Parts: sequence; structure tokens; C-alpha cells
Amino acid sequence: MNDIVINNPLEDEAIYIFREVAAQFEKPAILFSGGKDSITLVHLAKKAFYPAKIPFPLVHIDTGHNFPETIAFRDNLVKEFGLELHVHYVQDNIDAGHVKEEQGKYASRNQLQTQTLLQAIEEHGFDACIGGARRDEEKARAKERIFSVRDDFGQWDEKNQRPEVFDMLNGRIAYGQNVRVFPISNWTELDVWTYIQNEEIEIPSIYFAHKRNVFERDGLIWTANDDVVYREKDEIVTEKTVRFRTVGDMSCTAAVESLAFSIEEVVKEIRQSDLSERGARIDDMRSEAAMETRKQEGYF
Amino acid sequence: MKKNKVLKISTAGSVDDGKSTLIGRILYDTKSLKRDALEAIKKNSEQKGYDYLDLALATDGLVAEREQGITIDVAHIYFSTPNRSYIIADTPGHKEYTRNMITGASSSDIAVILIDARKGVVEQTKRHFFINNLLRINELIVAVNKMDLVDYKETRFNAIVEDFKKLAQAGSYKEQLITFIPISALHGDNVVASSENLSWYSGKTLMQHLENIQFEDIHQNTQARFQVQTVIRPKTENFHDFRGYAGKLKGGELSVGDKVVVLPSKMKSTIKTIEFYDKKYTKASIGSSITITLEDDINVSRGDLIVKENQLPHEAKEIKAIICWMDSTPLISSTIYQFQYGVKSVKSKIKSIDSKIDTDRMGKEQETNELQLNNLGWATIQLAKPLHFDNYDENKDSGAFILIDTKTNNTAGVGFIQHKESLN
Repeated sequence: MNDIVINNPLEDEAIYIFREVAAQFEKPAILFSGGKDSITLVHLAKKAFYPAKIPFPLVHIDTGHNFPETIAFRDNLVKEFGLELHVHYVQDNIDAGHVKEEQGKYASRNQLQTQTLLQAIEEHGFDACIGGARRDEEKARAKERIFSVRDDFGQWDEKNQRPEVFDMLNGRIAYGQNVRVFPISNWTELDVWTYIQNEEIEIPSIYFAHKRNVFERDGLIWTANDDVVYREKDEIVTEKTVRFRTVGDMSCTAAVESLAFSIEEVVKEIRQSDLSERGARIDDMRSEAAMETRKQEGYF
Repeated sequence: MKKNKVLKISTAGSVDDGKSTLIGRILYDTKSLKRDALEAIKKNSEQKGYDYLDLALATDGLVAEREQGITIDVAHIYFSTPNRSYIIADTPGHKEYTRNMITGASSSDIAVILIDARKGVVEQTKRHFFINNLLRINELIVAVNKMDLVDYKETRFNAIVEDFKKLAQAGSYKEQLITFIPISALHGDNVVASSENLSWYSGKTLMQHLENIQFEDIHQNTQARFQVQTVIRPKTENFHDFRGYAGKLKGGELSVGDKVVVLPSKMKSTIKTIEFYDKKYTKASIGSSITITLEDDINVSRGDLIVKENQLPHEAKEIKAIICWMDSTPLISSTIYQFQYGVKSVKSKIKSIDSKIDTDRMGKEQETNELQLNNLGWATIQLAKPLHFDNYDENKDSGAFILIDTKTNNTAGVGFIQHKESLN
């Protein structure tokens, strides 16, 4: 038998939050993107309820512009953990004419996810959606609560949030409202990576250095995939050794040149990097308030 | 896994004391601001026509905040040094101040109070000190900012220190440690690096001081309190009879073999196992999110409190507490609120509002029949069922509760139990 339980305050806090979600809500779900943060969430949920199974299904909002490696990884994880997975497609919404696809050089389906997400919440009657957003990611997110109440339209009322004192979480909501829950709010990017390293958590291969056909635009490295990412004729495709630091939709996630082939090398690279993680998110470069605006509309 | 300690800091300052600038300065000087964030700040500062870096832009996250140049909501800022990680709760200095300050301070180990060297100890400083003293924040750092605007004069700093010490004598929590540091957040004097301009000051810089704070010095000695969040029953073949109680240990330590009592049922048992994920341990200490099993098959459910047999908490059906009101609908007597104590939730009725506490006059009490938004006061609360609790001065993690408005579901207030009668 081991002697004393070694504290990791961030892990303890996240497990505490997961257990509160299970106790306070009737139909919670984990929003799963296939990225490192949502994979970390699944591992924390496993620890929180062991030896029982994770009591929530996964929900994936599929933009149709995913990296294939992420989807393969997702399906494996679901099988390994015996989880239930609901996939909702942005394409269905476009085909039905509910949302209009963006056109041109910077077209992305990132914003279109919101509509599909809100429909999924309504269709399944989810009263709590657990997400992997962190406060250190972006300054509008720094103002986010752990239990963030959304109205029927999924909107975030940033100026009228419930105070969260000590560790007491108030998940009481009216019919039609739902809550977004962020168990790793207080983790930094480096905390997540160190955790993945220490816990030996598997992550999709695109987080590690690999050869890829890419082109450069605005000082960022874009994936060359003419089906999904618009490319001007003078934007030349070359092969580079890159990796992804954050994984979203192919049309809004930039790669970084890297020789970090192992988790140890990735952690070292993050420690030394002078660029922030969101610096590789093309969606956040639209304006100073890009994230705040999306969150008000019901984004993750 | 390596111990990953995080020092949580809350900040308090009046409008224009330079709180956001100080935080921006800490981030800048500890090289925590990434290149892209810094470029955004440079661009914004130039747009606004400043000839210096407006480091406050690093923290003001909402459009309205940037437009008005003020902080509206508590923001959390993260940075780390090779030594440890830090979380700063940056609380706004203007309206709804008390509410936000208490929110920020409730999860903090230490607090930094900012004073403008030109203005010295002002009305707001009294409130900042009073609230931090009331919340029993173990260590206060008083940062006397804008020393550049008083020509870095030692006499000015000393005068402010004397004024603050006089103020501190009136605090009820006498053990609070207070450290004074002269700084200029705008120029970076004494924030991270020591400064020639303040060569008369021989103490540590703000960051040097933070780096040297020992967790043992700022944490209370408490009794073990284990509130059950959820009962884990896998009902699988391998774990057919498994019945684990999941929760976060608030206070003290629990060990396998400890004789325990389950409250409110008062059933007795012994701790059989302490588990974290798929491993068993002999002991767990404060803060651990564990699962425990008991030797006896007794009825335990969510909200129940498991304590050591010789460390019983108080029991009462009516309690007295200091309430900080956080809702626009005032608190009046006879109203019903949902009372949430940790994860336990019971109906409660406000029996009486006993007094209002004047935070600007060191807690002077006056009679009242209501508490408005941002008011502090004493109240007597009647509970639907007897509560087993600690007073706030005995255990900060298990001496507080929230009141939830049953109509709006909003968290309307926070209370600090100070009940002197005990059935022990």
C-alpha cells in the first residue's frame, strides 16, 4: 500500500468539479473535440468516478474540417473507455440552410459550430456541458466561471455572472437554462502538458513533429488541403516538419515548425516558447474581442 | 507525481491605484507575457497615443473594460517562476467592490493591498484591510505604489506605514502578518528587481517576498472534515460490493483505521480504505479528492459529513453568521433561501438581521432591518435540519456557506459562521 495521497491541487479541484456535476445535474455531457484539453478531461473524469464508469456521454461537434488523426483517436478512446458518443455535424446545418458557410481566403467553420452545439444541447436535453476551456487561454475566458449559466439561446451574460466563493458551486438553473462547466479553468497550457507527460496520457499524433504539406500566410503556417482550406494561387505549398500546439478545425488552426517528436520534447518546447497557444488560433486574430463575441453567442 | 503547489493571491486597490498595471508589470518582468500578447499591448498602447506600454491591457478582458479603462469582473491571471505557480485574482476597484473582493479573497492564500503613495491611507484602504482581516487572510502585503510620483521619498513611505499600522490595530484577527513594500508598478521599481531609486529600502522586492512565502506559515491547523459529494457504486462483477464515498478532504488528515462518525446520523464506523483512482493509501491530507470505504455497511449519502470520533464539529439548528450580500434584492428577515454549506443544501429562513457592519469604519455596527448589495452584517439563520459545522475562525474551508435565491437561483450572499454556542 502507498503511504500518503500526494496532492496535485489542480487535479483535486478538477475531480471535485466533476463529482459536483454528476451530483447536481440530471443530464450532463462532455464536449469532446479530440484536442489535448478534452482528452485530459476524459482522464480526469475516469479518476473521479473510478471504479465506476464515467457517467457522461461525449458530444463532438464535427465541423467536417477535422484532422483525420483526431477522429481516429476519438473513436479509439470511446471504445477503450466504453463511452457513449454523440456526433453532430455542422455540414447538416449548412445543407439544411440554417447557417451560411463563410467564403474566401479566411473562411472557417469555427463559428458555425455554435448553432450545431446549441441544437445538440436542445435535442438531448443536456443541462450541463463540460468543456476543456482554460482561463489562461484568452482574456475573455479569464473572466469565465467554473459553472457558467447560459440562457435558452446559449448566451453568456458576462456582466451578470454568479459569484463563486470558496469552492461552493451553485448549479441550480431554471427550465431551459443550461450550464457550461470548466473543470480545468485554473490550469495553464504547461499544466496540461506536464499532466499528459506525468500521467502518460495518449494524444493524437498531430501534436508531435511530423512532415506535412503546408503554406505560409500572415506569418502563420497553414495546412495545405485544398478541399478544406482556401489557398491563393501564389501561396506555394512546401513540405515542412511541423506539429500542432492546439487542435481545432483545420481551417483555423496553424501549425508550428518543430522538432519535438516526444512528449518530453513537447513539454520542453512549451516551456521555452515565447508565443502563446492562442497565437496559433487563426479564429482569435479576427479582432481583439473575437472570443468574447463568440462566447456571447453561445460558443464553447 | 511531484508536488505542484500554487500560491493564490488576491489584489485590492482603489480605482487608479495601478492594480492592473502592477499585475501587467509582474507578468512582463517575470517574462510571462508571450511575444504575441506583448505585441497586442504595444499596438493598443500606440493606438491610444501612450508613450509607454499600457500593461493594464494585459488583464482587462472584456470590451467594456478596455473601452472604459476599468476592471469590471474578477479576472484570474496565471504565471509561474521556476520556483512555483501563481494565480492572481484581480478584483475591480469600483462598484460592487465588496462582493468582488470577497469572491477573490475567498480562494486566496494571501492578499496584496495597493496604496497610492500620493494619497496614503484613504477610506477605501480601511475597507480593504477590514475585509481581508475579516476573511482571516493570513498574510497581507501592503504595496505602496507610485513612489516615483513622491520622488521615492523614504519619509513619505514611513508615514504611510505608520498610518496603516494604526489602522491595523483595530483588526480583530491579530495574528495577520503584514509586510510593507515601496514600489512603482509603472517603472518596475521593486516589483521584481530591486531599484536604485529606492536604495534606502533594504527589504525584499514584491516578487522576492512572494517567492519566499512558506505554505506551512499561511495555513491553519484544522481537524479532518470529509463531506461526501457522491456515492460510488460501480455494480460491476469485479467491484460488486464496492461502496465508496467520494469527496474532498477539508482540513486535517484521515488515515486507514481511524474511528469515524457520520453526521447527521451519528453512526460510527472505521475507515477501511483510502483510495485515489486505482491505488490504495494509508493516509490523506487536506485538499485531496479521494474515495473512502468504511468497515461497516451503514447509510451514507451526499452532503453527509465524516469526521474523526474525537474531533466533532458543532451542531445547531439556528446559527449566527456574518453575511456579505451580493444580490440586488436586499436581504430581509423572514425570507426563505437555499442554504448551501459545502455540497450540502438545506432550506433556511432568515430569522433576523441583527446589525450592519460599516466596512469603512473598522466594523462599527449599526442597527438595520435589511442588507443591501455589498453590505456586510450579522444575521441569525434558522435551518430546516440541524447543521454540523465549524466556525469560520476554526476552519476557513468549512466555516462558510452561500445563500441561494430560490426564485432566481442566483448566489445571493456568502456567510461566515461565527456561532459561539456549541453542543460539544
